[in-house]
Amino acid sequence: METFWFCAVAVMIAAYVVLDGFDLGAGILHLFVARTAEERRAVLASIGPVWDGNEVWLLAAGGTLYFAFPALYASSFSGFYLPLMMVLWLLILRGIAIEFRNHIEGPVWAPLWDVVFSGASALLAIFFGAALGNVVRGVPLDASGYFFLPLWTDFSAGPNAGILDWYTVLIAVAAFLTLAEHGALWVALKTEGVVETRARRAAAGLWWSVAAAVILITIVSFRVQPHLGESFANRPWGYVFPLLAIAGLLLMKFSKGLRAFLGSCAFLVGMLTSVVFGVYPDVLPSIGDPSLSLTVTNAAAPRYGLEVGILWFLPGIALALGYFVFTYRSFSGKVRL
Amino acid sequence: MDALTVHRIHFAFTITFHYLFPQLTMGLALLIVVLKTLALRTGNPHYNQAARFWAKIFAVNFAMGVVTGIPMEFQFGTNWARFSKAAGGVIGQTLAMEGVFSFFLESSFLGAFIYGEKRLSPKAHWVAAFLVFLGSWLSGFFIIATDAWMQHPTGYLLTAKGEILLTSIWGLLLNPWVFWQYLHNMIGALVTASFVMASVGAFYLLSRRHESFGRTFVRIGVIAGGISCCLMLFPTGDRQGKNIAFHQPVTLAAMEGLFHTEQGAPLTILGQPDMAQQRLDNPLTVPDALSFLTYQRWKAEVRGLADFPRELWPDNIPLLYYSYHIMVGLGTLFIAVMLVAAFQLQRGALYGSRPMLWTLMLALPFPYIATTAGWITAEVGRQPWLIYGILRTSDGTSARVAEGNALFSLIGFMGMYTLLAILFLFLVHREIDHGPEE
Repeated sequence: METFWFCAVAVMIAAYVVLDGFDLGAGILHLFVARTAEERRAVLASIGPVWDGNEVWLLAAGGTLYFAFPALYASSFSGFYLPLMMVLWLLILRGIAIEFRNHIEGPVWAPLWDVVFSGASALLAIFFGAALGNVVRGVPLDASGYFFLPLWTDFSAGPNAGILDWYTVLIAVAAFLTLAEHGALWVALKTEGVVETRARRAAAGLWWSVAAAVILITIVSFRVQPHLGESFANRPWGYVFPLLAIAGLLLMKFSKGLRAFLGSCAFLVGMLTSVVFGVYPDVLPSIGDPSLSLTVTNAAAPRYGLEVGILWFLPGIALALGYFVFTYRSFSGKVRL
Repeated sequence: MDALTVHRIHFAFTITFHYLFPQLTMGLALLIVVLKTLALRTGNPHYNQAARFWAKIFAVNFAMGVVTGIPMEFQFGTNWARFSKAAGGVIGQTLAMEGVFSFFLESSFLGAFIYGEKRLSPKAHWVAAFLVFLGSWLSGFFIIATDAWMQHPTGYLLTAKGEILLTSIWGLLLNPWVFWQYLHNMIGALVTASFVMASVGAFYLLSRRHESFGRTFVRIGVIAGGISCCLMLFPTGDRQGKNIAFHQPVTLAAMEGLFHTEQGAPLTILGQPDMAQQRLDNPLTVPDALSFLTYQRWKAEVRGLADFPRELWPDNIPLLYYSYHIMVGLGTLFIAVMLVAAFQLQRGALYGSRPMLWTLMLALPFPYIATTAGWITAEVGRQPWLIYGILRTSDGTSARVAEGNALFSLIGFMGMYTLLAILFLFLVHREIDHGPEE
């Protein structure tokens, strides 16, 4: 039962990263692939009708995490207090930048919000990457299951780690590059002309840095968190996840258009599921004493809630998928201004 | 300030600011459905144009509601971790349901409603408007169910170890507290939207611009406002008051400023609670009325604060007393204004009545004040409990988040929301100034 909810939350987070990932990535590249007012409108139109729905996956995943694993929600949200507050401010700025930008024409208003949008998108990608790095590395949980991390300490990934250390910064950079690539493939898919050409060129150039980053973070992750290696050694079927990521990475390189974008989706899903598989059954590893780690069992809500949750969750998610099919179908093809 | 105080102000500030926007969008969603229905029924494009104008106001408010709403879900974990760990298995259900059932629905069909009028048939566009309304009212339900559980927990079991176990999902969703609080809150949203629509209409009529729209807005605003203001008092406000009287009697005593138990308790209209002397200064009261309203008997006994142990008293009685009286006082004035306006509308004299148009125009901020005061009454009235009778507010904070860190983000939110408020007023003013003509 706990494992079902662990998988459900993992799938929802993966959906969030794949969906909001492309509009974050489009935001990162916005200022570079689109220069004129009309080009910028085209990039924004490529995410305009969907970004809000994409972000709902974050809220839905958060809500599901909250009721299925309340101890994890309480511990991680209070422990990562400072970066989460900054994430909230960035989400606010990004949301109003997209929504308010088109209200006023002219050379001052829109360019200002374009910079806010792009900057907030880039920083969010970096913050989310650092968060993932923290979950893999572990945090200094105390006996009551809580912790509090400063933003940074000495940048070592050791027992006195802060939220930013050399390892989490590395993951943050990799996340930034990956989402930028993901966004470039989306923009190339949805736009035409010079914007499409620039996005395609950005995607091709970024691919090499993404590939290099992946090799690097794979090597260091297994050293920082030895538990990852044990998981794959004990349950070799888990190698399907990294294989999915590699297949996606190759598809990104050797195909174009929708297939390249789907390759990028597969790559993101493969990387995330590899991490989740490797960390399981922990949900938040402890840095020092492994017996203090939060796991799928000790962080889960009592049984009745988890069982009754399935009854409304499955039909609810089926409805949500229906809305998404409707939205994306009515929004298919290149954007028209 | 200690950490508890900062965490409390943090939540109070962010939720108060947040709810300025959903209270309009939830009410306005219904009024937009009314406009779209009139357009379908009459075939008159005037109503579609009116709906497009309000859709623009709706969109700005909706965006504000979304960006200020995300911090609310986060804060349960960031600032109230011990509460979340204890109660997440219960209230996490309703919060997750809100995401899964309402937010996906709203976000998917808001796009279709705002951008899709040209591509969709008139009926399909009506359906999109209706689904946005449905999503926003469902969202309200899940939040009220969450709050109702904190006010009056049901469907749970407290174990010997102090854990809170959910035992009945229907007990949580059909909590007897939910029904009246939900109706009271949603009709309150309709009051806000009605006043805003009537106010903008009155502004157009007084400034002799967009006059055909001004008349439509005033008419719909006054009809919806007249009905909703009356429903706020009876039955929803009355029944919500009885919920408090039966389940939180100490809160009722504090709201009413009733320090001592009385047979035939008076209803206080004005007066200042004097906590040192344990009495009401300068009281203006209606004898026996509180007993009658609560128990339908003029000489019924209503228990005063002195009958309850001090540690069960709400910790800020004057604030509770004032916010309750502001809510009730404004609610009463709203009924008077809307009924007089509806009478003039019936007689065909409203559009030419400058005093009434001025009154409607200037009434704009007051439903927001009344709603905010109502929520302060509910939440300060719940004190000193976070979950009534189970968990004290002081035991719910994040133990590892120090005062300085909480203050850091409180100041950040204050700065951020000041900026948002300025931008919001600027953009809404532009839309209203531009008006519905295309």
